[in-house]
Amino acid sequence: MPSKPRKNIDLYALTWRLPIIIWQGIFFVGPVLFMLAMSFFLVVNYRMTEAFEFVNWTKMLSRGYFWDSYWYTIFIASVSTICAMCIAFPAAYALAFRASESTRRWAIFLLIIPFFTSYLVRTFSWFVILSKSGVLNGLLSNFGLGPYTMLNTNFGTLVGYMTLTLPLVVILQTFSMANIDKTLIEAARNLGCKSFAVIWQVIIPLAKTGLIIAAIFCFILSFGDFVAPFYLGGSQEPTLPILILDTTKSGQQWPRAAVVAIMMMGTLFVVAFGGIALAYRKRKGAK
Amino acid sequence: MNANRTLNVILGIYVALIFAFVFAPIIFSMIFSFNSQRFPTIPLGNFTTEWYVKILNDPDVWEAAWNSLVVCTSTALIATFLGFCTAYSDFRYNFRFKGPYLALILLPPTIPLIIVALAMLAWFSKIGMSGQIYSIIIAHSVLTAPFAMAVIRLRLNQMDPDLEAAAWNLGGSEWATMRHVIVPFCKPAIASALFLTAAVSFDEFAVSWFVSGLNKTLPVIILEIVQGNIDPQVNAIGTFVFLISITLVVLAQVFLFSRQLKSIRP
Repeated sequence: MPSKPRKNIDLYALTWRLPIIIWQGIFFVGPVLFMLAMSFFLVVNYRMTEAFEFVNWTKMLSRGYFWDSYWYTIFIASVSTICAMCIAFPAAYALAFRASESTRRWAIFLLIIPFFTSYLVRTFSWFVILSKSGVLNGLLSNFGLGPYTMLNTNFGTLVGYMTLTLPLVVILQTFSMANIDKTLIEAARNLGCKSFAVIWQVIIPLAKTGLIIAAIFCFILSFGDFVAPFYLGGSQEPTLPILILDTTKSGQQWPRAAVVAIMMMGTLFVVAFGGIALAYRKRKGAK
Repeated sequence: MNANRTLNVILGIYVALIFAFVFAPIIFSMIFSFNSQRFPTIPLGNFTTEWYVKILNDPDVWEAAWNSLVVCTSTALIATFLGFCTAYSDFRYNFRFKGPYLALILLPPTIPLIIVALAMLAWFSKIGMSGQIYSIIIAHSVLTAPFAMAVIRLRLNQMDPDLEAAAWNLGGSEWATMRHVIVPFCKPAIASALFLTAAVSFDEFAVSWFVSGLNKTLPVIILEIVQGNIDPQVNAIGTFVFLISITLVVLAQVFLFSRQLKSIRP
């Protein structure tokens, strides 16, 4: 990169470099660090007072309901990730290998739209569609089926998670497979590899990095979402985000909510870095 | 060959089903908004504009719409400015701690919104900035700047780095080069970033809900109505929200991709 002779303080460079440092420093790093500190504060007479006590940590982490909620959230987010990855795969495969360039571009164009459009209203819409006397049960009754209870179940929660994650997962999977060198697949076919074997032994290993990144995003989104488990799952088993919501909004117990939030961030950190390590690990025997 | 064609048909139907699932809630919400039944079911009730009349006569909705407009416009401007600065710094310079520097802008969207909401609420209360309309704008610009950065960085990738050097050799200062070469080159991406960040801000509800205090935006109003019970007004507001955010996202993509195609084809 060519560059002009340097002065001691490069005003021009700083003009472009500093804004984000200052802005995110005050309004992103600040809040996150404060939340860390807040987990050691005390709540006296419904007012938060600055302190350095471990009482919030010991209280939260010794409660059975916290750990119930913790493992349930990990469980339901994992199920959501597996479902999204499996449901999306055939569609992404079709878009990556069977569709024309322009079809693929249109499909991605259309899938980007719902990812950025009101998730809240879409969830509410599912609430109406899935309810006992709702549209879906109405349709099924024409075939003599139902009515089924779909709201306030894990199924309802998962429908919400799929609404949130499926567009993104299909997009990421399609990108990761569309970049595969088609001649490698031809070669495998010519050597007598069957279609499904091509998928398992050629396509998935080659697209591994992108696929794992899709799974990580799906897990993060499901793990942190409170709308689907709250409205569609009925929050019978509260997930961690619902726990944060309840503790903050009704109980005024911000420090304890901070403990939950930090535990969530720690978990996501481990999942994300574990996933990335897996994604970039060389396969055994690969040269 | 025949089996292959059958497989293609099956896969085609499968993709169509995925799209049906993804777009069903949007389309149904629009249908329900014109439906007279309070609890929509099959067969549908009569056509009505009752819910629209209701929300149009609700001053809270109007105020929320105004707040949303102010928030998403201001957010778009701030976030796009921040995104442009960072994208250009990343494109032009190599410096120490560049990894953490980029993490600073790229990390916020990977943290669950409910956590960001809690952290922002606590921090804004601490520094005496909570419950204001600018609290939402600040929080949203932190969350959306990465999208602006990504879009503009993609565009800069297509620029020949020698273009900048050529402008300097012709006697342009760095500032003049920025104004006459780089900004014009990035214009479509800047437009795209403005629309995209506006769309994200317009739809965001968790952080807005926590930090907004009494200054509710449209998604916050929706959230509060939904908490009560099934109310078809949500579908009417929702349809309006869908139309705006879909328009914004489509515009963002049109600006980004149509120019990209032109620059690829000689």
